[in-house]
Amino acid sequence: MQTTMQLHYEIEQLLAAYAALIDADRLEEWLDLFDEDSQYEIIARENVEQNLPLSLMLCDNKDMLRDRVMSLRKANIYNIHVDCHVLSLLRITSAAEDRCSADASFALFQSNQEGESRLFSVGRYEIEAKPSAQGWRLRKMRVVVDTGAVLTLLATPI
Amino acid sequence: MNETSEALSRYHFPAADCSRIPYGMYRDAEVYELEQERIFRGKVWNYLALEAEIPNPGDFRTIAVGDTPVIVNRARDGNLHAFVNRCAHRGSIVQRQLHGNARGHICCYHQWSYNLEGELVSIPFRRGVKGVGGLDADFDPKCHSLRRLKVESLNGVIFGSFADDVEPLEEFLAPPFVAQLKRLFHAPVKVLGYQRQRIFGNWKLYSDNVRDPNHGGLLHMFQITFGIARLSSVGGATLDAEGKHNMSWTAQGKPVEESKDSGYGDTARGDMDIKLRDPSLLEYRKEFPDDRSLTIASIFPNCTFQQIGNTLAVRQFRTRSADEFEVVSTFYGYEHDDAAMTKHRLQCANLAGPAGLVSMEDGEAVELVHRAIVRDKQSHSVVEFGGKGAVKDQENLVTDVPIRGFWLHYCKLMGIQPGAEA
Repeated sequence: MQTTMQLHYEIEQLLAAYAALIDADRLEEWLDLFDEDSQYEIIARENVEQNLPLSLMLCDNKDMLRDRVMSLRKANIYNIHVDCHVLSLLRITSAAEDRCSADASFALFQSNQEGESRLFSVGRYEIEAKPSAQGWRLRKMRVVVDTGAVLTLLATPI
Repeated sequence: MNETSEALSRYHFPAADCSRIPYGMYRDAEVYELEQERIFRGKVWNYLALEAEIPNPGDFRTIAVGDTPVIVNRARDGNLHAFVNRCAHRGSIVQRQLHGNARGHICCYHQWSYNLEGELVSIPFRRGVKGVGGLDADFDPKCHSLRRLKVESLNGVIFGSFADDVEPLEEFLAPPFVAQLKRLFHAPVKVLGYQRQRIFGNWKLYSDNVRDPNHGGLLHMFQITFGIARLSSVGGATLDAEGKHNMSWTAQGKPVEESKDSGYGDTARGDMDIKLRDPSLLEYRKEFPDDRSLTIASIFPNCTFQQIGNTLAVRQFRTRSADEFEVVSTFYGYEHDDAAMTKHRLQCANLAGPAGLVSMEDGEAVELVHRAIVRDKQSHSVVEFGGKGAVKDQENLVTDVPIRGFWLHYCKLMGIQPGAEA
């Protein structure tokens, strides 16, 4: 029981850090939450339900994820905003010594410079994590968005 | 049909070549209403869907033409049909599902039933109960079909028209665009998935955007930075004789000599020394007989066929109001793609769509314009890159002539005479 609660707490902290670092626009530190061998994907529920593989964003390795962040910093132009994640309770779906799977729902609000907020995206995180010397790290983060109709554009990660 | 309406008389196009576009044309709700009749239901072919999405009898998808809900489906005999998704009885949406397979379409409100040709085939309690109630004996179901669109398909790409007198599809598309569709759809395709984007601006700002090769190498810094396409690349714009369609293209493997004066000068587009850690998504695996690695072919009025490297998609614009539209992109590959090629296409899809490394800026650019043109509706957008006057093919990318081609045809359909004295 103790182990389960400890695990739950640790994965929850991982997800909390994940959301807080995006919301604080500290994406370079956010990258550190990912294992060197990791995958990040944002996919619309519409495609998942039809067994269609197309994502909105797909980083098959950590370098692609680093490139995304670098491109946001140096190349892309997007709506100036801040993010605010609201997370649901976490659910551990399977666990072993060397791996853990979990899921949680989220609502992501975006606010512009004038303080106008809108619900930008809702959906679910499907998390696979593995232990490391620094604690749990993400092996795979699959973000299934119900909000398949992206409002304006999708630049910063969800 | 093209009598001048009060809404249109508010705006003046001072230049006969549409090098000036009054801002009000993008913001006026009454203009938007007229567009539904004169553009989307006018003498045009609208892109509906791909045959690969509805391969079997009974397969359907619900889409929109302009803002009109439409069902496109395949009948028992294999023929394609499209009709307005609105019950002939009380006007309800008939088919509520986004896609599926059905023997026909039954309205949930009063159970009126239509076949896959859109004909009304069954009305519950048509004769009432024991001779009481129901419809009069002279009610003729044949007069109450779903409103049908003309449908034609070219290499598996389905188009529909509300206009009975529209020219044949290939004539409307004109040779360069028939050739481009045959190029893109040279083999059977498989759908890889959908992306949707809501943009809070006028749909014509988007159709302008896809006809503006000049912005590609200035706004979309990812492609400049990582060398996908620069304004100095070999490329151009191909139009039909009327200029209503446009294909912007760039060719791989033929870099124009970059002189010290690259043209970028004092722009904020400076740092071209950075490199991707994983450049695999920039790799273009040549798959067409020509050298064109980037083609953006926009067919008047509602779609764009894109090839950004190996990512292939068709974007359908669905209007929602003067101030909002949706872009629905259907990404595809070929049935003959092996697993490695499919994976490559899925990775390259990172370049396109609402989260596209190359394309994400378009949503922002449209909204920036839409917000700023709320006032001064008689002021004008300036469209002079590539020169004024005749609308014709362009031999480099520093041009926005195709925007004028769109507007000249738009004005013709709307009943506007650009350049006429107010």
